[in-house]
Amino acid sequence: MTDHDKVLETAETWLESGNAVALATVIKTWGSAPRPAGSQLAVRKDGVFVGSVSGGCVEGAVIAEAMDAIADGKPRKVSFGVSNEQAWQVGLACGGQIEIYVERVD
Amino acid sequence: MKRDLLKALKEARAKGTGTVLATKLDDGAQRLIAVGERTDALASAAQTALGRDKSGTVEIDGSSWFLNVFNSPPKLYIVGAVHIAQPLSQMAALSGFDVTVIDPRTAFATSERFPNLHLITAWPDEALADLPLDARTAVVTLTHDPKLDDPALVAALKSDAFYVGALGSKKTHAARAARLRAVGFDDAAIARIHGPVGLDIGAVSPAEIAISVMAQMIERLRAE
Repeated sequence: MTDHDKVLETAETWLESGNAVALATVIKTWGSAPRPAGSQLAVRKDGVFVGSVSGGCVEGAVIAEAMDAIADGKPRKVSFGVSNEQAWQVGLACGGQIEIYVERVD
Repeated sequence: MKRDLLKALKEARAKGTGTVLATKLDDGAQRLIAVGERTDALASAAQTALGRDKSGTVEIDGSSWFLNVFNSPPKLYIVGAVHIAQPLSQMAALSGFDVTVIDPRTAFATSERFPNLHLITAWPDEALADLPLDARTAVVTLTHDPKLDDPALVAALKSDAFYVGALGSKKTHAARAARLRAVGFDDAAIARIHGPVGLDIGAVSPAEIAISVMAQMIERLRAE
């Protein structure tokens, strides 16, 4: 089983037990980003998560976005990078940039 | 993402077939594309992404689509349930490989020594005849015994396997190359065999040798 499968499998298990779930997927990377496009993170409504979209640098902020997506149902794109204001707070230490797509699973 | 789509994706993954999840980034519309499907431009782009094993964004009819590639896991067939096969099979499984250990010697190929993986106690050529040997397959022979290693190498060289490795010294490998040449393989075919197997990192213990083999295998898998 690949990492990909484990994330999706957990997402489905959470859904089956009646939890709201959001998926975050790396859709674009520039420079030395830690995880390639396609890497995923599944977030449960209480903030528990599996998988990764970076080396742990931006997961916290992505989980917050995932909570918002669970609340309003709207998919969204978020970017992180050194030129981004937010990056100074959550930080991509590697100096790369990533774009992440966050969606609720309905 | 719709729950039904997640379910369909999981079912496709369980069957071991390559699938692409296409997401239209403007409005979140999604579609699953199976390996081999070429119904339109998006499906064709998905086939390219599957072939490269690389997720990414494509522009189709003025819209951005993200193609998330869910490829079948790479396969590793280890011939010889010897000591090195124990750490190698564990490391490969950890790296996402679907691992099968083949050894007709039932004293070696036991589930105590190799828990939680496919174990086949048959002759390598018979075992490999029944297993898929495609471009996402690696074959590593570890027995040192030509009776067991050679038939596996013959099967591997006739396939599109992305990696073929054979344990043994330079001298052993030269003798092996001579035997394979005698049964009709040319230099180009024999050059596909990594022998002595693994990257030259001065590995000594079985686990260290497994790391060197693993590293070389990943280098080939990820080669552009």
